[in-house]
Amino acid sequence: MQELKTTPLTSWHRENGAKMAPFAGYDMPVQYEGILAEHRQTRESASVFDICHMGEFTLEGPGAAEALDGLVTQDVRKLAPGRCGYGFLLNPKAGVLDDLIVYRRGPDRYLIVVNAACEDSDFVWMSQRLPQSLALTNISAKTAKIDLQGPRSREVLEDALGEDCGRLPYFGFAETGFQNAWLLISRTGYTGELGYELYLPSDAALDLWRTLVGHPLARPAGLGARDTLRLEMGYPLYGQDLDPEHTPVEAGYGRLLGKAAPFLGKPALGRVNERLIPLLIDGRRAARHNDRVLLPSGAEVGAVTSGSFAPSLSCCVALAYVRADAAEEPAFRIAAQRAELDARRATLPFYTQGTARNPLD
Amino acid sequence: MYPNDLLYTKTHEWARVEGETATMGVTWFAQEQLGDLTFVELPEIGRSVTPGEEIGSVESVKAASEIYSPLAGEVIKVNQDLENAPELVNQDPYGRGWMVRIRLSARPEGLLEASAYAALTAGQGH
Repeated sequence: MQELKTTPLTSWHRENGAKMAPFAGYDMPVQYEGILAEHRQTRESASVFDICHMGEFTLEGPGAAEALDGLVTQDVRKLAPGRCGYGFLLNPKAGVLDDLIVYRRGPDRYLIVVNAACEDSDFVWMSQRLPQSLALTNISAKTAKIDLQGPRSREVLEDALGEDCGRLPYFGFAETGFQNAWLLISRTGYTGELGYELYLPSDAALDLWRTLVGHPLARPAGLGARDTLRLEMGYPLYGQDLDPEHTPVEAGYGRLLGKAAPFLGKPALGRVNERLIPLLIDGRRAARHNDRVLLPSGAEVGAVTSGSFAPSLSCCVALAYVRADAAEEPAFRIAAQRAELDARRATLPFYTQGTARNPLD
Repeated sequence: MYPNDLLYTKTHEWARVEGETATMGVTWFAQEQLGDLTFVELPEIGRSVTPGEEIGSVESVKAASEIYSPLAGEVIKVNQDLENAPELVNQDPYGRGWMVRIRLSARPEGLLEASAYAALTAGQGH
């Protein structure tokens, strides 16, 4: 087995009693005091997550906007400097190679944030398809990412970094400093709550982490709570809900694919064999990844991609790919390991009280 | 973590034998390994059980596991509070997080004392 990679915060997690587990090749904290407590803390106050495993690339040079525009689903030429956008990297069959956020830092300067498990393959894919005249640089190893999420996160951020630094529009960002290091503050996240994703050099990460978790309104949270929080919003996890076999239209993101200009994979977006649907399950027994999804008649129509108890809803939720012709059915059965579960077709988000988009004063 | 007046299984259940009946649940180690419990499935009252027989299951946010009977006998009571409050198992595994009461049909056999169980778990987990 390959040795696990660490983040600049791994020692802190171990010293502070985190349960650790491998994730995307990294030794990552799953929980500190408990997933349910950390989930609640994020919905009610603020949590700090080590997300240093994720990958970051910079792309710079004349023509960067046009070149990147042809590779990703975001309308990167229309993106204003100081704004970022969520979208996908597709293969020629419109299968999802990764979901990613593109930050426009200047006319021909971008930051691209990718999943840890896809970092190497994305970099090769993009390098091979972008003009040699552009500088595509993988800065993942020297770049840390810390997420601060929760309705009180602005207070925590501004107490740590200065007044008004959290006053950003949703999917807006600013480049500033922490101590003497570069810091990018992005008003984005993966929990459905008001929050920030913070990028800075790895060697400054521990100081920022200590400052944030030392705030009375904030506590550290692990990947366990991150997963229940994102699933309550219906946000997809790459490798489970998104994969190269399915298009973003099948994953439910047709609304993000309206870009007029051509991009790799666009001609194949019309292929719709399955759809990713949200399911609500009565009771506390959860459906799990790969459980079969059936119609009430017993016909198998798909499989669960993500499933969990939803702490803020006190029931279970799941995402599942089902045959396109069954996607609008109101009721399903899920063949879980120990029982067959009744599931109802739901709408997203499962959790509707999130503060992510709340306007800021 | 492992009270001296209880008996333990290698599958991480505990039993408190009191005359002709016994109460059982899962150990501190089991709940610590599973994390926050979100679901507990318990057997029907009246069911006959044998040592090592699967009698229920528990689920946490991230994991699921079976519960095995430590003893032979008949299920006479189950902890219905766990249906809506499985977190009691995490908070108080030997008290309010108890699971099943059994009327014994045979003396306990092959169970571990607290010290032996503590030694068993010392080498496991994180």
